[in-house]
Amino acid sequence: MTSAALHSSAALAPSHTPFGGLRWALARDLRVAVRSKGELGVQLLFYIIVVSLFPLAVAPDRPLLAALGPGVLWVAALLASLLSLPRLFAGDFADGTLEQVVLSPYPLPALVSGKIAAHWLTTGLPISALAPLLGAQYGLEEAPRYVLAAALLIGTPVLSLLGAIGAALTLGLRGSGSLLALLILPLYVPVLIFGAGAVEAVRGGLAATPHLSLLAACLLLALVGAPFAAASAVRIALD
Amino acid sequence: MNFFHYASPATFYPLAGRIARACAIAAAVLTAGGLYLAFVVAPSDATQGEAYRIIFIHVPTAWMAMFLYLVMAFWSALALGFNTRLSAMMAQALAPTGALMAFLALWTGAFWGRPTWGTYWAWDARMTSTLILLFLYLGVIALRHAIVDPRRADRACAVLALVGAVNVPIIYFSVRWWNTLHQGSTVSLTAAPKMAATMLAGMLVMTLAAWCYAIAVSLTRARGIMLERESGAAWTRLAVGTA
Repeated sequence: MTSAALHSSAALAPSHTPFGGLRWALARDLRVAVRSKGELGVQLLFYIIVVSLFPLAVAPDRPLLAALGPGVLWVAALLASLLSLPRLFAGDFADGTLEQVVLSPYPLPALVSGKIAAHWLTTGLPISALAPLLGAQYGLEEAPRYVLAAALLIGTPVLSLLGAIGAALTLGLRGSGSLLALLILPLYVPVLIFGAGAVEAVRGGLAATPHLSLLAACLLLALVGAPFAAASAVRIALD
Repeated sequence: MNFFHYASPATFYPLAGRIARACAIAAAVLTAGGLYLAFVVAPSDATQGEAYRIIFIHVPTAWMAMFLYLVMAFWSALALGFNTRLSAMMAQALAPTGALMAFLALWTGAFWGRPTWGTYWAWDARMTSTLILLFLYLGVIALRHAIVDPRRADRACAVLALVGAVNVPIIYFSVRWWNTLHQGSTVSLTAAPKMAATMLAGMLVMTLAAWCYAIAVSLTRARGIMLERESGAAWTRLAVGTA
């Protein structure tokens, strides 16, 4: 199914601009994602369950939960993003589609960007939308919940961008899941700090903008660098 | 002299052996001298008593842990940019030493923190960023071991080391704004040191010792890697004397 879709769309493309490649990869990965809805649902459920476990492990004490909430919601988002990363390249790698993608006349960083965008739209975006709701479980006020959603909206693309590098580097390796965690989680630290910090600042009565600006700076840096690093990692894996 | 003469394992192998030997001797002498300065000559600290003496190990290892990551990233960039085998072998040889230095910095820091701060571990900015640096080293080493093909391992680890190198300052500052308990730097290039001259001398001698140790150990490791990778080549048989 996937390789047939690939050939027909590649033949239809009039010219091979970077933007065209991005759009093609985005549309194709979204189509694949929509056709395997179960997988997406499982990732969201994972997020919900991890978040719901913490109150059971500590105590259902409102002030304590409100203090833990931003951190828990962010760490769970990191884990959910990590869990979904193999989907980015591993399926295409296993059935040979990735090789065809690399051989296509589109620039590889553009194709990789499209795949990353599709990954974010199917993981980061739903998580960001769900987080305010789950924040209510933790007794977070309205303002911190909106800031949490905003911080996740800016921060989760960084997770997808950095994660793509790790996913490509560990393609086809034994025990790649836990290896991916070791490679990628340390790189997620700044996002976690600024993201949870923004919510924490609002809870303490301060402005969230400094944290959100720093988060946005991380996003810009990752947007510029990560597609190229991930593209070269894909080439290395296929050599 | 042509610098590229030594870019081949066959010519670099004997040179690395000579440098490693010289640095090993220097490291032994400097460590002996540095420890003498640290434990006999340097006075007790006015506020921290004798416990402060662990900084003679702690500070050099912490510096080396950060510096070696940059050196590893430098060789990785050369390996990716010019596709030189030797650069990748150097990067591979540096990673375990860097990880060891980061671990020692954390370990000695915990033992220093107990008597002075009253705790082995605090989520202080520099401690946290050193811990993450250790994770980054371990990630590079784990990735290396997970990939069977050495050429793919070389390039994959190089990409990871470079991504890590871009991230290290971001991680450092993010953690620093997040929480700082650590005492400020007492040694800087722009201001007069706020410590006794003998303390400073002891620390600098120990730093030189750490440098020499790191060079000696990683070049020795690089020699082993060269022999392993080039085990079919004529020069390796000559080098190990089986030809």
